[in-house]
Amino acid sequence: MDLEIELRVDGTEHRLTVDTRTTLLDALREQLGNTSPKKGCDHGQCGACTLLLDGRRVLGCLAPAVAHQGADIVTAAGLADGELHPLQQSFIAHDAFQCGYCTPGQIVSAAGMLQEAGAGWPSAAAKDLGATDVVLDDEEIAERMSGNLCRCAAYANIVPAIAEVAHR
Amino acid sequence: MRPFRYERADEVSAAVTTLVRDPEAAYLAGGTNLVDLMRLEVVTPELLIDIRRLTSDRIEELPDGGLRIGAAVPNSDLAADPRVRRRYPVLSQALLSGASGQLRNLATTGGNLLQRTRCPYFQDITTACNKRTPGAGCSAMEGYQRDMAILGASPTCVATHPSDMAVALAALDAVVTVAGPASERRIRLTELHRLPEADPERDTVLARGELITGVELPPPHSALRSRYRKVRDRASYAFALISVAAALEVTDGAVRDARIALGGVAHKPWRATTAEATLRGAPATRESFLDAAAAELSAARPLPGNAFKVPLARNTMVATLLELLEEAR
Repeated sequence: MDLEIELRVDGTEHRLTVDTRTTLLDALREQLGNTSPKKGCDHGQCGACTLLLDGRRVLGCLAPAVAHQGADIVTAAGLADGELHPLQQSFIAHDAFQCGYCTPGQIVSAAGMLQEAGAGWPSAAAKDLGATDVVLDDEEIAERMSGNLCRCAAYANIVPAIAEVAHR
Repeated sequence: MRPFRYERADEVSAAVTTLVRDPEAAYLAGGTNLVDLMRLEVVTPELLIDIRRLTSDRIEELPDGGLRIGAAVPNSDLAADPRVRRRYPVLSQALLSGASGQLRNLATTGGNLLQRTRCPYFQDITTACNKRTPGAGCSAMEGYQRDMAILGASPTCVATHPSDMAVALAALDAVVTVAGPASERRIRLTELHRLPEADPERDTVLARGELITGVELPPPHSALRSRYRKVRDRASYAFALISVAAALEVTDGAVRDARIALGGVAHKPWRATTAEATLRGAPATRESFLDAAAAELSAARPLPGNAFKVPLARNTMVATLLELLEEAR
């Protein structure tokens, strides 16, 4: 079954016809030519397809496009606004990748995570569940980023790359 | 994935009627489990009814001091709610210990309760599974058993319920509100999920078409402290081998009240009523906690591949209760 939907992707409006089986990830990659989000596991286990959906980080591979009619989507490519986003600059400065396949998902996830922490959302690493000010130490960053796997295991540089932006 | 039609429901009654009439229809909420199961062809609905806008996405105060959580409230919002963090810390901790930030943003309260087991055989259509195909047999009996049940299982099915949130809700005496073909009804959380018995294809007591509209939490007892402890194979983003949701009230060195539920041990969130009864009135000591855990686990019937879960459940129960005792001092 085909349905027509509208999506705003990285600031540009699109009208497209999708099969009901099409996920946001496939709509972006296959129909709109935006290959910034990556297809890793396609089962919601790796985080390579992380997108900001109406401002929140989600997994594009588990989101049917027809269920997100009118959504505002930001990919890693869309985070750059004229110049690279601070997280993108920091990932380069810290050499926070090897093959780079998980990197767009890592960066979008980190952007969403920093907003969550800024809003005072706790994590499983919280020592005080009631605290309204979140201090993003390495343990907090690792816990909050645990949905993004890196098979090259570049975590040792990913955590400092995010920490530098978090502590600015 | 098999082709399917998609509709957005505008009214609860219409959605319920569609599901009752069409055996090939299914409800879609956040989709974080359903979409994957459809891709694996474990479930093959021909029509998805999107119900996210049908139920409330708000958390509201009840007149008795409890909270009502709309079925569409995302897991992340529920975990971060200041009232939940303050009054029901066990619930917030349970949610935060489950899934990932991305998944919690999409997953809903109602959907979390109705997620399916992550038993590898249930999710693999090339293997025999009584939950997927009644009568086909259970591959876990001679296979991978690490994640399987130790309490309340049956010869037909040893799968475990995967939710962390539901374990906390079981300990909190939560009530689920349900809309259906007849009238609305209320189901105690501990009675929503069922044991596999001879028909493991049924996860819950819900009838065809019934739709979870919300979850109600009774007012928290002021002196009751609660927490969630989860043991798993990696530090984060993994399902529980064993989890414990516990609340404890201690007066003059004795246990006045205890609520304990276990995750990763059964086909449903396992309310540890035997342990609770053993603890009530007993001295608040490590010995009492060990006795209570042993009493609960005397009913355990582990498989060869998961016998370690019995001492692990005992130790996790005792450790969680000791933490709560320490907190009360």
